[in-house]
Amino acid sequence: MALLSLDGVTVRFGARAALDAVDLDVAEQETVCVLGPSGSGKSTLLRVVAGLQHADSGRVLLSGRDQSDVPVHRRGVGLMFQDHQLFPQRDAGGNVAFGLRMRGVGRVERDRRVAELLELVGLPGAGRRAVASLSGGEQQRVALARALAPEPRLLMLDEPLGQLDRGLRERLVVELRELFGRLGTTVLAVTHDQGEAFALADRVVVMREGRIAQTGTPLEVWQRPADEFVARFLGFDNVVPATVGGGVADTVWGRIPVPDGSREGKGSVLVRPPGVRIRETPDGLRCVAETCVFRGDHVAVRLRPPRGPLLEAEVPLRDAPETGAEVTVAFAAEEVVVLG
Amino acid sequence: MVLARSEVARPGAGPRKRPARRFRGGAARLGLMAVPVAFFAVFFAYPVAAIVSRGLKTGDSWQFGWIGEVLGRADLQRVLWFTTWQALASTVLTLLIALPGAYVLARYDFPGKKLLRAVVTVPFVLPTVVVGSAFLALLGRGGLLDELWGVRLDTSVWAILIAHVFFNYAVVVRTVGGLWAQLDPRQEEAARVLGAGRFTAWRRVTLPALAPSVAAAALMVFLFTFTSFGVVQILGGPSFATLEVEIYRQTAQLLDLRTAAVLTLVQFAAVGAVLAVHARTVRRRESALKLVDPARTARRPRGWGQWALLGGVLVTIALLVLLPLGVLAERSLDTPGGYGLGYYRALGSVEASGGAFLVAPIEAVLNSLWYALAATAIAVVVGGLAAAALTRRAGRLVRGFDALLMLPLGVSAVTVGFGFLITLDEPPLDLRASWILVPLAQALVGVPFVVRTMLPVLRAVDGRLREAAAVLGASPLRVWREVDLPLVRRALLIASGFAFAVSLGEFGATVFIARPDRPTLPVAVARLLGRPGELNYGQAMALSTILMVVCVVALLLLERVRVRGASRGGAGEF
Repeated sequence: MALLSLDGVTVRFGARAALDAVDLDVAEQETVCVLGPSGSGKSTLLRVVAGLQHADSGRVLLSGRDQSDVPVHRRGVGLMFQDHQLFPQRDAGGNVAFGLRMRGVGRVERDRRVAELLELVGLPGAGRRAVASLSGGEQQRVALARALAPEPRLLMLDEPLGQLDRGLRERLVVELRELFGRLGTTVLAVTHDQGEAFALADRVVVMREGRIAQTGTPLEVWQRPADEFVARFLGFDNVVPATVGGGVADTVWGRIPVPDGSREGKGSVLVRPPGVRIRETPDGLRCVAETCVFRGDHVAVRLRPPRGPLLEAEVPLRDAPETGAEVTVAFAAEEVVVLG
Repeated sequence: MVLARSEVARPGAGPRKRPARRFRGGAARLGLMAVPVAFFAVFFAYPVAAIVSRGLKTGDSWQFGWIGEVLGRADLQRVLWFTTWQALASTVLTLLIALPGAYVLARYDFPGKKLLRAVVTVPFVLPTVVVGSAFLALLGRGGLLDELWGVRLDTSVWAILIAHVFFNYAVVVRTVGGLWAQLDPRQEEAARVLGAGRFTAWRRVTLPALAPSVAAAALMVFLFTFTSFGVVQILGGPSFATLEVEIYRQTAQLLDLRTAAVLTLVQFAAVGAVLAVHARTVRRRESALKLVDPARTARRPRGWGQWALLGGVLVTIALLVLLPLGVLAERSLDTPGGYGLGYYRALGSVEASGGAFLVAPIEAVLNSLWYALAATAIAVVVGGLAAAALTRRAGRLVRGFDALLMLPLGVSAVTVGFGFLITLDEPPLDLRASWILVPLAQALVGVPFVVRTMLPVLRAVDGRLREAAAVLGASPLRVWREVDLPLVRRALLIASGFAFAVSLGEFGATVFIARPDRPTLPVAVARLLGRPGELNYGQAMALSTILMVVCVVALLLLERVRVRGASRGGAGEF
């Protein structure tokens, strides 16, 4: 049985549906990451589960039990807020101890747990520090310790790393994944950052305008985006309408080979940038190299084809064309995805 | 408080759709509002309405014709005219004198600035009776100017105007200066870089940003001076009377309830109009201004012009604020037999008061403290509940409630006091003989201060902090105790201090309902001043000095709280 089940949950703000008949299961000890642009309803999803937002229809079940009449403070879930929401009048230890105090845990046990949790999140001995004196990363750790302290059956994270700088984020994401694995915590996180979602999650749920656009393992979602929205949200812009048939897709860019077994008919195709190959030979799609941006191990080239949208190519340094040069492009079938 | 608020689609801010939840929230809010509403209905609306109906009814029929009749009387038209123009003149004068002070205290950094800020606030919390006495000692018969140069101003309107400026200097300095200190000077610098001269930059950038707060301060000053009672009662003599003084005269001396009722209605209408304008400007004030930490905008004065301005402001404060208070203290010690504590000692005996009192005047000190403490407790409970009810998103109903809470500041205190006497005299509310009557009336003026101070702080508590606590297992009551209370504790202290000070100084209503054997300090002072003889005068000065010291001590305690809390965003100004 799933630890958390959402059964047709709908939340409306006026005429707009923030959540539109969402079904979602999260299994025990699973880490699920909801990914979506802002306004896609992902924060509302967490608020519904926590009981901070009432669903207009549908049910939220925790361990199979309907939560409709369970108030927020009795649901036993943890929620780490986007901007942490640490209590400013308490020190770091006081924040971590809060949930334990609400459960009537005795002082000795509480102090022990607080020390243990601060140790766990990498802030040993920080219990007496004022919240205001903590850096962004340290606040994030205290917020995590606070959410973990009462040992919630489900831990929810709202943009857990959103406000941190890049280096810290990349380090913390690894630490979090390792930590959740060790503790066996069930986690439901939301983020707009695909890198974060892919690094953290066992399963990714992509949301769009209150609906689930795709679910799958990070690899599945990355390799086979379900539709144009998901593809574009993941940062892929080489998408064109296409008619697929006989192993090729007919597009404004010409005929593009598709992998075997691709769905046939009208739709659109995605060509991942590494699949856009620049050739010396004259046969192929003739494009002008508009901009070349150095990206360390490769060069991102934006190409203007005779017709249709711009093409983005990822080419090795030694193959990079001059800006303004005319080049010929061919497509590699293994980097082409036929979208629904 | 002006806050540059960005309410960009916060998760908590979305409308809630669930009917049951909305009902529950609404019920909770109604519950919170029930106590303040009942309090105002019983102890404010009912007594005022009773007075008005007693004045305007014969038998069962209303005689609205009397309104026109009373308003047609030339002497009363003069009162109305005087009330209006002296309020306008006081307001203009206060702005002229206080705006440079607001600027200096906002933008200059100099030693003793904190002390100076506390000093200018002292007059605001002083009882009107003390202010009247102080200016009498300075400008009146046998006053300092009289002794030195034979100048007496107590029969002229200047005494009233100067006393009003004294009283309201702090309103302008704190309301305007508070904002001025937080305006980003780089805005003006940007205008300078774009080619604006120093004055043009100020006029085009700073002035428009300040204008709403100047307007708000001006309206407050107008409101206070329009309803001025104690000051005019003491300094105005027979020739000058404001509406409030005239209401008192008609009620207490001429027993002409009809005229008093009409004048109460006139004052009520005028104050209502002023408050409506005030509400509008306050709403406009909440426009997005870029505010910065005051500590970053203040700097040392440079050049002779800035030092001269600072010097001018210091001299103004010395003459306007310190001199009257100093003279008051000096007079209290200036006995016929040389300087001494004779007047203070005389306060301790019934006989020395020459039959003005049934008890030794010094007992008024204890009465006052006890009443003021009780009034503060009532005001904090009623005002705190009202503020809590007003914290949630404001609907039309709530805004109306908001305005309602300000009304006691403007409705004739004399009417309220007299209304208490004629309405709260039968079961189940037979409170005539009860000491609680005085604190109840005093709490009426304390509540608006409590609400004004608490509301900005409560509204600034991030709703998600409450949610965070709830998710961690705190029940709604526990959330309030663990999250809201610690954050507003400081504002609560400040609110209590203000409520205490205004209760201590309340005069208009108390003068009616304080029992002869239990006078309050202001009542005792007024009674002493109303009797001839040097001893009575000296005792009035001594009692006023005691009252002043109590207020100053209360204020200094408050300032300590305020300064310590400054880093966390202050409480509202007045």
